[in-house]
Parts: sequence; structure tokens; C-alpha cells
Amino acid sequence: MRDMDRNRIIDNAFRYVGLFCTALGIIVLAVFLGDILITGLTRIDWSFLTSLPSRRAARAGILTAWTGTAWILGLTALIAIPLGVCAGIYLQEYGARSRFARIIEVNIANLAGVPSVIYGLLGLQIFVRTLHMGNSLLAGAFTLALLILPTIIVATREALKAVPATLREASYGMGATRWQTIRHQVLPAASGGILTGIILALSRAVGETAPLIVIGALAYVPFVAESPLDEFTVLPIQIFNWVSRPQEAFLVNAAAAIIVLLAITFIMNGIAVYLRNRWQKKVSW
Amino acid sequence: MKRKGERIVEGVLAFSALVTVLTTVGIIWVLVSESWGFFAAVPLKDFLFDTEWTPLFAQKRYGILPLLSGTLLTTLIAILTAVPLGIVIAVYLSEYASKKLRNTLKPLLEVLAAVPTVVYGFFALTVVTPFLQSFIPGIGSFNALSAGLVMGIMIIPLISSLSEDALYAVPRSLREASYGMGATRFQTAFKVIVPAASSGIMVSIILGIARAVGETMVVAIAAGQQPNLTFDPRESVETITAYIVQVSLGDVEHGSVEYRTIFAAGITLFIITFLLNNLSFWLRRKFQQKYA
Repeated sequence: MRDMDRNRIIDNAFRYVGLFCTALGIIVLAVFLGDILITGLTRIDWSFLTSLPSRRAARAGILTAWTGTAWILGLTALIAIPLGVCAGIYLQEYGARSRFARIIEVNIANLAGVPSVIYGLLGLQIFVRTLHMGNSLLAGAFTLALLILPTIIVATREALKAVPATLREASYGMGATRWQTIRHQVLPAASGGILTGIILALSRAVGETAPLIVIGALAYVPFVAESPLDEFTVLPIQIFNWVSRPQEAFLVNAAAAIIVLLAITFIMNGIAVYLRNRWQKKVSW
Repeated sequence: MKRKGERIVEGVLAFSALVTVLTTVGIIWVLVSESWGFFAAVPLKDFLFDTEWTPLFAQKRYGILPLLSGTLLTTLIAILTAVPLGIVIAVYLSEYASKKLRNTLKPLLEVLAAVPTVVYGFFALTVVTPFLQSFIPGIGSFNALSAGLVMGIMIIPLISSLSEDALYAVPRSLREASYGMGATRFQTAFKVIVPAASSGIMVSIILGIARAVGETMVVAIAAGQQPNLTFDPRESVETITAYIVQVSLGDVEHGSVEYRTIFAAGITLFIITFLLNNLSFWLRRKFQQKYA
């Protein structure tokens, strides 16, 4: 009888332990976000967003950093989206059972586990040096595009897999070729899922720091980039640079820049979640 | 006419898929060719067994051990934080929480994974380290403990969501058999479901380790840049990844041995994560066979 009581107590206790542990992560996150908001929010104003970097914390701004992030985001998207979606289509619709496709599949799983800093070494040697792109936006975008390619490919495949076979068969039955079927039936049906994956992958690229440091993105760029071949900095690197300084005032700047970076990341994630929910609701097969 | 167009499209698609293979080839080629130059100048024996790493000083020593110990120490702290929490969360969400609560808590946990790592570095340096300093004597402003703890929090969602998938995949019949024998929910969870899902949980732990080993910004910001062969979590340590960042920030001449150290460090990191990832693939396949 005592054993049974004890077991019941343990069972009930775990309900609270589990809830506590789950809440712990969320509480830590909340404390942290609160701290950042309190430290950084007062620092954000129009001049912070429109000023060039400076040696004096009070005058320094994030104009070059956020424009650099916008450039990187756009260029990375231009490179990674076509490559990733095409590769995903190939693996799911064409090569499903071929040996080539199997090799690529294992390869993608491995690439997804390669630390991002290693992609930096790849970019440094291939894009910056061998292809003479220098420490440019273009070299950074190519590096990040390769980094997020596995994510986009996997998301594309998942979305294509969810499209029912009947849709394809109906299209073939009407005399459409394989590509016509994919282009006009399967892709539109899978577009919501693909878009969600793309946005999540890009939001990861926005937060990446290490690979861009390795390819030589600078902390101090006194001008706004005007072409893809310009040198650049991005928000995470600007944050890293400010965090590395001993003066308190720069930590406040870092907190303010983090608010801007988190706003971008959370907005992108929010859009992705919204699209996923809408897509799941609309399509019910 | 149409058939030719079809073939062109297929060629373009296949080429895109080939880019991923080229990426792998590129990574291996870059790491091997540059470390080749490094190992021509530095004997492998020194690299593996020398206990000091000082390529940037006048007195140059090239022993990877201090960087490895730094990586190991921060990873160990992260795993000791994330694994117990991650597994308890997984059990709670899969066996205890109501569907409604689960649907609220899970996306909130996922937010932890969406935060950029440089932000976690800021958190470790400005919040966690001062907090630890308030009650642990002798802890430096850069230390392995703070970086490891924060890295642990960062990988909780990875471990909890993969473990939860593994728990979820355990057949219902096992649960019912256990309840039928009069076991409580707690007994069923920890004596039946968790053991049945153990290889899936192992996969999540291994991927967590791989993630912690490769994590860069948290350790570069909060653990310091002092190669240090120690297992004292209060001390400043430098990881392999932090070293690569440190050299990248400075002015090291291209083609010099100092420059090539980052590729030697990189290939070491690559081998470790490659082995961990493949161990997880192997375990996962074994797990899938079990309940196929």
C-alpha cells in the first residue's frame, strides 16, 4: 500500500517538475529579452539607425550594418532559392530511386551537420581567394547560400512529398509531360511549404556571424555598400564587435543592435509560421 | 522538340543537386590542401601531443590539445545542462502535457532555437557571467562555465524535439501493456517508453554534442581567447572554433604557417563533427528498423 502511495506522489510530482523544466527555458529567454529591452531600447532612435559607425559609442550607428544585412539577405536569396528549389525538385521528382540521388541525399545530411565556421573556411579559399571576389558582399552571399542550401532542399522535398499522387496522375492523364506536371500542378500546390522553408533558412542566414568573420567581413565599414563587390559588415558582426569592447556604452549599443536583429529574425519566423498555418488550413488532402 | 526541352530542364535540376556534392568536395579539398602545407611545416606528432598552442606568439608551439580540451569542456557543460532538461521536457510534453498546453509550449521553446548565436554570446557575457560571479569565487570574466551553460540552453530545443519524436514513435501497445499492469504514468514513461526510445534519444544527444562542438560565437564571446589546457570551468578557455574566429579577425599573412593553422584546426573540427553525425545516422537507421 505504501509503495502505491509513493508511486502516485512521484507521478504527480513529475507533472510539476516537467512543467517547471519546460518553463525554465522559456523563463530564461524572457529574462534575457527583458534585460536586452531595458538596456537597449532607450538607445534606439532615428540617428542610431542612420549613423555610420564611430569610435565614440554615443555617435555610433548601425546604418552600414543593417544595409549590409539587407544586401546579404537579398543576394543570398537570389543564389540559394533557385539552386535549393531545383535540387529539391530533382531529388524528389526525378531521381527518387537512382544511385546518384541516394549519394546526394547522404551528402546533404552530412552537409547539414557541418559547423558554420567551416563554411567560412570554404568561402575564404574558394570565393575570396580562388575566384578573386575579395571580402565582398558577393563572397559572403555565396558562402551563406551554400550554408542554407541543405535546409531549403529538405523543405522543398517535404513540401513536394505532401502533394498527393492523384494530382500528378490527373495531369499525366491529360497528356502533360513530367516538367509540365511539375511546373503547373505540383509546384503551385507545394509553394506554401517551400516558401515557409525558404524564409526559415534565410532567417538563419541573417543571424550567422562566424562564417562571415572568417571570409573577412569587416567590423568597421565607414560607407554604405553600393554594389555586390563592396566590402561590408552585417548586424551580427557589428554586435560582436561592440560586445568585445570593454566600455559599458558599447554594450548598450550592442543591446540596441540586438533588438533590431531580433526584430528582423522574429518577423521572418512569424511570417514563416503564419504561412505554414494558412497553407495547412487551405490544403487538406 | 518538347522532349529536348524536358531533357534540358532535367539537366538544370540535376546540376543544382550536384552543387551540394561540389560543396562537400570543396570543403574537403580546401581543408586537406591547406592543412597539407601546415603539416609539412609542423610534425603531426607535435600537433597531436604538444600541450601548448601559441602560433601567434614569438615562441611558436602547435599542440592542438589546449583547443581540444577547451572545446571538450564547454561541450561537456552544455550537454550536462541540455540533456537532463531536454529529456524531462520531451517526456513531459509527450506523456503528460495536454494537447493544448503542448501546442502552446512547443512553439515557445522553438523560439530559443531561432535566436542568433551572437545574441546568446551577449547573454552569456553580460547576464550569466556576472550572475555566476556573485556566488562562485575565483571565476573570471571569461570562463568556460558561462559559455557552456548558455550553449546548453541554446540546444535544449534540439534535444527535446528530437527526443520527443523518438518517444512518440514508440508503439501505443507498449504504453497500454504497462498501464494494464498497473504502472503509473511516471513508471511507464521512465521504465518502458524511455528505454524503448533510447536509441532515438541517443541520436538527439549525439547531434546536440555535434552542435556544441561546432558552435562558435557563444564561446568566442564568453569563454575567452586563451588556449588553456584545463578542466576547471571557472577558467578562460579557447575552443577550436573561437581560435578560427580570433585569427580571422587579425592580420595574418596569407600562405604563412600561422594562416594555415586555421585549416588544421578546421579539419580537426570537421573530422569530429563528421564522425558524430555519421554515428547518429547509423543509430537512427537501427532505431527505425526496430519498430518498422
